[in-house]
Amino acid sequence: MRLSRLISLGAALALAGAAALAEPAPRRVVSINLCTDQLAMMLAAPGQLVSVSPLAADPHSSAMAGAARAFPANHGRAEEIYLLKPDLVLAGRYSSRATVGMLRRVGLRVALFDTATSLADTRARIAQMARALGREEAGAALIADFDARLAMLAAPESGRRAALYHPNGYTLGGGTLADDILRAGGFGNVARDLGQRGGGTLALEQLVMAAPDLLIRAQPLPGASRSEDVMAHPALERLAAATAGLRITSPDWICGTPHVLGAVATVARAREALE
Amino acid sequence: MRPLAPALAALVAALFLASLVTGPAEIGAGEGLRALVSGGEGPIPLVMREIRLPRAILGLMIGASLGLSGAAMQGYLRNPLAEPGLIGVSGSAALGAVLAIHTGLAATFTLALPLAALAGAGAGVLLILMLAGPRGGSITLILAGIAISALAGALTSLVLNLSPNPYAASEIVFWMMGSLADRSMTHVWLALPFMLGGGAALLGLGRGLDALTLGEDAAEAMGLRLARLRLTLVLGTAAMVGAAVAVAGAIGFVGLVVPHLLRPLVGARPSRLLWASGLGGAAMLLAADIAVRLILPERDLKLGVLTAIVGAPLFLHLIYKTRGAQA
Repeated sequence: MRLSRLISLGAALALAGAAALAEPAPRRVVSINLCTDQLAMMLAAPGQLVSVSPLAADPHSSAMAGAARAFPANHGRAEEIYLLKPDLVLAGRYSSRATVGMLRRVGLRVALFDTATSLADTRARIAQMARALGREEAGAALIADFDARLAMLAAPESGRRAALYHPNGYTLGGGTLADDILRAGGFGNVARDLGQRGGGTLALEQLVMAAPDLLIRAQPLPGASRSEDVMAHPALERLAAATAGLRITSPDWICGTPHVLGAVATVARAREALE
Repeated sequence: MRPLAPALAALVAALFLASLVTGPAEIGAGEGLRALVSGGEGPIPLVMREIRLPRAILGLMIGASLGLSGAAMQGYLRNPLAEPGLIGVSGSAALGAVLAIHTGLAATFTLALPLAALAGAGAGVLLILMLAGPRGGSITLILAGIAISALAGALTSLVLNLSPNPYAASEIVFWMMGSLADRSMTHVWLALPFMLGGGAALLGLGRGLDALTLGEDAAEAMGLRLARLRLTLVLGTAAMVGAAVAVAGAIGFVGLVVPHLLRPLVGARPSRLLWASGLGGAAMLLAADIAVRLILPERDLKLGVLTAIVGAPLFLHLIYKTRGAQA
């Protein structure tokens, strides 16, 4: 907890610094990133948010697909965003640099949000969004609710280990939001134990040898692909037959929003089922 | 010259064993091979039988296919630059495979994927033969190859970009560079009949290709039926390259390097070069696949990257040499 306190303190200080320069609460806000879309939908005052990215309405990526349909979508192109006449644009740290640079050149204010890589980061992102929208009170309430729900879910270290295995053998190791979700749900992470930091590939044979207690796989997505071939590999099928398994629909795992608590709850339920 | 066949076979066997004992999971060589033979429960037999064995078998089969079809095309076109990857045959096979996967055709029946790749490869070979033909020079062959490669690559990328599946776009690298990571016995059974059929067809061309070294007229005077030879070549190459690409993506330069290295050792006889290149191709691909697992094991280095690093300088050398001949 101490580390997370430190991080929130750091974030609070940074935000206080930004607040000194900040202008009055924006009235027309456009978001061009899936994660800022969702935070903004949760925190914005009615009428404050005028457009979100198309991914926000995609149920495979967004935990708030239903809510997002109420907003017109933008496709992250500088020209269409300029024509929306926003006084604040919300973007991710990894949004197209060319687009962000162009928006700034034409005089728009752009707030960049880092990717959340832990549950503590998630709190910091909520606070940052509340500050950017001038909705500090709503932000404080959301964070308090987040903390309370997380405390109820908090699980003791169980010594059990889970593995995340996605198409192309993609997995998430230490220093990622998914790793922190597993930890909060009471599981170690096989990929982190193998020395993986961040996202990367996990060889199928390493996964088989690690023999995790819980195997978490992605749901098949629409349209066929060769990348998803490996999900039907006989070795993986045999491993899955011998292990507790979980098929996740990933939106809860992608963004640092209060929806990550849904992911934590899923993992915690799987742990209870194992005991 | 006699000991070439046993030497190549021994090399392939040694590399096959080395491929079986190479991998990110730390399994002792003896322990792994015992588990492979005796089976049993637990993770080690599972890794050996379901992950490493198909990978090693595919390396052998695909390497042999690429080496053999490279040697056959070079023999027919009498041009050392003819290589399935360079002249667009692999690229058009990849287009066929990608179309089959992303239109859902591959899911409708088991052999749809290799058949579609075969159709793509066949179209590529036919185009090359029509454009370059036995009399065409190196320049025509390479220009036609570049055009077909570029077109097939662009259409492959287009199909992948239009796919509703978010993973599709990231697959472009696989189809251009090839990989044997995480393939299964299913893929072995899928490719095997096509490779056996194609291999038998191409190995049977030896005498015809030998005769062809004397020139077309002399060959026809000796009773060679050129049209039939060409048809066998197209079908055999398409079957082998198509099946290889369908399961492992387009791996370039194997069919270029191997015949080039072995040609002096077989006295430049196309018939002997055919089987020698098959064995040599298997050895090269197995070695490359071992190397990608030893260098940067965690990054899933693509096979084509390695074969191109070895093959491209040789290709430049060949171009340099044929340039003199052209002028």
